[in-house]
Amino acid sequence: MSDLTSAGTAVGGAPVGGDGPSTEATTGGEGRSASLWADARRQLLRDPIFVIAFIYVLVVGSMAAFPKLWTSQDPRSCNTDRSRISPSGEHPFGFDILGCDYYAHAIYGARPSMVIAVMATSGIVLFGGTLGLLAGYYGGWVDTIISRVMDIFFSLPFLLGAIVFLTVIKRQNIWTITGVLFLLAWPTIARIIRGSVISSKDLDYVQAAKAVGARNSRLMFRHILPNAIAPMLVYATIVLGSFVAAEATLTFLGVGLQPPAQSWGIMISTHQVYFLEDPWLLLFPCGLLVGTVLSFILMGDALRDALDPKFR
Amino acid sequence: MGRYVIRRLLQFIPTVLGTMFLLHYMTALAIQFSGNPVRALFGDRTPPPALLQAITERLGYGDPCLDQRGNPCFGLFADRLQNIFFHFDFGINLRQREVTDLVADAIPFTLKLLVIAILFEAVVGIAAGVLAGLRGGSFADYLVKISTVFVISVPIFVLGVVVREFVGVKFGNVLRGQDWIPDVISSGMFSPVFKPDYPMASLIIPGMVLGATSLAVTARLTRTSIMENIRADYVRTARAKGLTNKRVIGVHTLRNSLIPVITFLGVDIGAAMAGAVVTETIFNVPGIGRLVTMSARTGESSVVVGVVTMLVLVVLVANLLVDLLYAVLDPRIRYE
Repeated sequence: MSDLTSAGTAVGGAPVGGDGPSTEATTGGEGRSASLWADARRQLLRDPIFVIAFIYVLVVGSMAAFPKLWTSQDPRSCNTDRSRISPSGEHPFGFDILGCDYYAHAIYGARPSMVIAVMATSGIVLFGGTLGLLAGYYGGWVDTIISRVMDIFFSLPFLLGAIVFLTVIKRQNIWTITGVLFLLAWPTIARIIRGSVISSKDLDYVQAAKAVGARNSRLMFRHILPNAIAPMLVYATIVLGSFVAAEATLTFLGVGLQPPAQSWGIMISTHQVYFLEDPWLLLFPCGLLVGTVLSFILMGDALRDALDPKFR
Repeated sequence: MGRYVIRRLLQFIPTVLGTMFLLHYMTALAIQFSGNPVRALFGDRTPPPALLQAITERLGYGDPCLDQRGNPCFGLFADRLQNIFFHFDFGINLRQREVTDLVADAIPFTLKLLVIAILFEAVVGIAAGVLAGLRGGSFADYLVKISTVFVISVPIFVLGVVVREFVGVKFGNVLRGQDWIPDVISSGMFSPVFKPDYPMASLIIPGMVLGATSLAVTARLTRTSIMENIRADYVRTARAKGLTNKRVIGVHTLRNSLIPVITFLGVDIGAAMAGAVVTETIFNVPGIGRLVTMSARTGESSVVVGVVTMLVLVVLVANLLVDLLYAVLDPRIRYE
């Protein structure tokens, strides 16, 4: 984001540089006044909550990407003789109702949730972001049409819409769940981007760039977007967490992933009846799920504080 | 004000039509891409063609446009709108019962659940928010901040299952072992599932679970709003005039701070109706939410579509009322 053109830095550079000599010293080798993003990065790395949450997300992400790193067991080698054996040193999470290694199931179960969350979030960021940018930048009838369409998608409650679609389509796999999450969630991002584009499109540096003769696309992507992207980044982080929760909720209700697949939602819904005898069957997947959602929300909160100059 | 109401009402019509069309198009696309949903009812067995044909016709999936991928099926949509708005007909289930009948049976439970949830989140949420907002940085403030983040990040079904097992079963069993505790409390209120014998008492805990997430949001909203308003000029003036602390906080600060909170509570009625799907499934409450889940699990898509359409209409009307209420409550907002 440091590639603001001369028009941008001429106006925006002066107040940011006023942080005083101490920040100059800490940034050291960069040799230029710290940008909003460099400031934010420094503040985030000092925030213990952010660092812990970030490490947790990295751990879960690596479980999803390379499950073999975490376990050598095969979650599908089951033996009903071992049904519901308590955790031990060799099998830290014990065995589930079918006698499969529960730890391996938990590790492999991270993948569908994370894949769905990441795909759906990138989808809404690209699609919703583009529509929001167009609506905010052009205004007029483009804005009217896009805003009305957003209103329509907004009035369909998320969970209800997802249940209807997944019930009727009956092919409940990663792709359909991603599709329905994307379809019902993009207007939020579009609305956020639209708001911040509207508030920054009349700023002096945009006017200056326009006066120099920059084209619409250059104005949008070089001047307006870098300054309007912070709220979207915050929301996208939080939405990753809520998509992980949404996948598990849909699976729990019976319209999400179905049992031969492995996911935390399936672990919870299959074993909820054994809670009294073997509470760990429920507590391990619940803990992983809540930890992931909590980490994303805390990261989003920390990002918001770091990216908002008012909180400095 | 009058013009605003008229404009808002006029906007309401395309939004309702658009939302219903969205719902219709999602269903139509799903059918076009995955085939006749009636087949799902038979599982692995192959149904006799005549039977399949008859059920398909009766549930309204017989239209030829449902075989053409991507076709928006406007004709079918127009029929559906006519049925809904002129005949109040939301479809039938497999046993020929009207969806409106099914909903009429289920709605008292859901309404009770909603009232408990909204009351719980309003009373506890606003109290916690005021407590935290008046003393920013205090112990109470941190407690509210941390606990609300935690409650927001626990998916409601995890909370529901854990509460049902810990409070309903484990703690409930302890209570049921004591003789001196009345039955209403031990086997009514602390029952893990809904009991028809105690229709109100056994809905209290499910209602609290349903309201938990919104409670956290209410508390945070009240807290921020109070913190903003307590620094406002008119509050300083009120203090300078020598008004008692009680009056400054109760009248000058609180009333203004509650405007966004009341709006949120109104919008939340819609969200809570969707949340009831999860809560009612967990606690086995025979309300609308469980009706949706049970029909979704057995593949009775006509019931799911009908009930959800009805709920969406309720949500839209609730949102409209909240918007109008907002215009009445906050004179600072002038709608042009």
